[in-house]
Amino acid sequence: MPDARASLPAPVLAAVDLGGERGGRPLFRALRFALLPGQVVWLRGRNGRGKTSLLRLMAGLATPAAGAVHCNGVPLPRAGAAWRERLLFIGHANALKEDLTVVESLRFLARLQGRHCTAAQLAAALERVGIAPLAARPVRTLSQGQRRRAALARLALPQPPSVWLLDEPFDALDDDGVKRLNALLSEHAAAGGSTLLTSHQALTLDNPAPIPLELDPAVPAWVPAA
Amino acid sequence: MRALFLAILLRELRLAQRRPVEALLPVAFFIVSASLFPLGVGPEPQTLRTMAPGIAWVGALLASMLSVQHLYAADHADGSLDQMLLAPQSALVVAAAKSAAHWLTHGLPLIVAAPLVGLMFGLSWAALGALMLSLLLGTPILSLLGGLGAALTLGLRGGGMLLILIVLPLAVPALIFGAAAVAAVEAGVSPSGHFSLLGALLIATALGTPWATAAALRISTE
Repeated sequence: MPDARASLPAPVLAAVDLGGERGGRPLFRALRFALLPGQVVWLRGRNGRGKTSLLRLMAGLATPAAGAVHCNGVPLPRAGAAWRERLLFIGHANALKEDLTVVESLRFLARLQGRHCTAAQLAAALERVGIAPLAARPVRTLSQGQRRRAALARLALPQPPSVWLLDEPFDALDDDGVKRLNALLSEHAAAGGSTLLTSHQALTLDNPAPIPLELDPAVPAWVPAA
Repeated sequence: MRALFLAILLRELRLAQRRPVEALLPVAFFIVSASLFPLGVGPEPQTLRTMAPGIAWVGALLASMLSVQHLYAADHADGSLDQMLLAPQSALVVAAAKSAAHWLTHGLPLIVAAPLVGLMFGLSWAALGALMLSLLLGTPILSLLGGLGAALTLGLRGGGMLLILIVLPLAVPALIFGAAAVAAVEAGVSPSGHFSLLGALLIATALGTPWATAAALRISTE
């Protein structure tokens, strides 16, 4: 992409005294961390600790109960379009349509981000995640692992250094899939992108070494308001 | 902005094309429900002709409400909606594109099927034309309002019934002027006043609802 911004490193995403809650119950409070270009941060915590909620807050899909998420120093709602252009969020759900083919789904998801990919780029991305032969198959004929790979193929599309927010990306992947995803994460970090991911299995990524972010110690001691 | 609008619109059309039966069910509902009235009310031609505009319009209204319920539900469940809201452009474009797609896949077939219903009730050719024109102006209003209702009730249990209760009162003006336009032609009076009001309603709805729908989508996905 011949874009002046394409050479800039990924924006710095920071949580500033972030508080999150679910159903009125506090999940975490006064959370402070920054996600710098080239980093892979591994968000850890027990089930129900709010890992997914935190990812959605960081993506700007939810509004924090307290504090703010800053993108290059600008709080999220104002960072707006410039921020979303540099964001790739892959949630627990794969965002694939049963009735579309793999390559149609991938093309649509890229278009949503304003990227027009050529057929060769799409094919190359599917090749990177090892599902090139499935390109023309409807998503409904794919297994869970294959669907996950199709969703992750977005990571292999050409893009400026961006922030990846990945919710359990290793879910349903076999050893080969894990290796391929690790390779994508390493390349992304080397190119100046940053990643915040959750995973309940130990990460096998060694370059860059993932920085653990423990959510458990930040358990908010819940004090009923006096 | 236009690229995103077209991308969503084309995707919706492609999805509808892959499930053609699902797209035609509301039309079938429209025709079948209208055909029940002669059976219930009796075959008196003059009575039926007087009731025809209202029946056709109520049928179109209910068919739209039934089909609009799934406008966002599937995308919400499989995570596509999150991705659409994360597009760099405003969620306004998403709301507008989804309603436009709903009209093309569900509103337009109703207009095509309307003459069939009209003939069933013995409407004159002029009245048939007026019915189609009133639906052409009116069904986009229903798709836009329905989109707002679908966004507001997203993820709620029993959301379908709630959607109908929210949208029906809002759709009453369209129903009144749409049916009145056809009745005016039947009575030999000029329907232009009704059409103007229907057009004005369409413009107001098109300008207002996408904003509200976009806001409702943001709240529903939190």
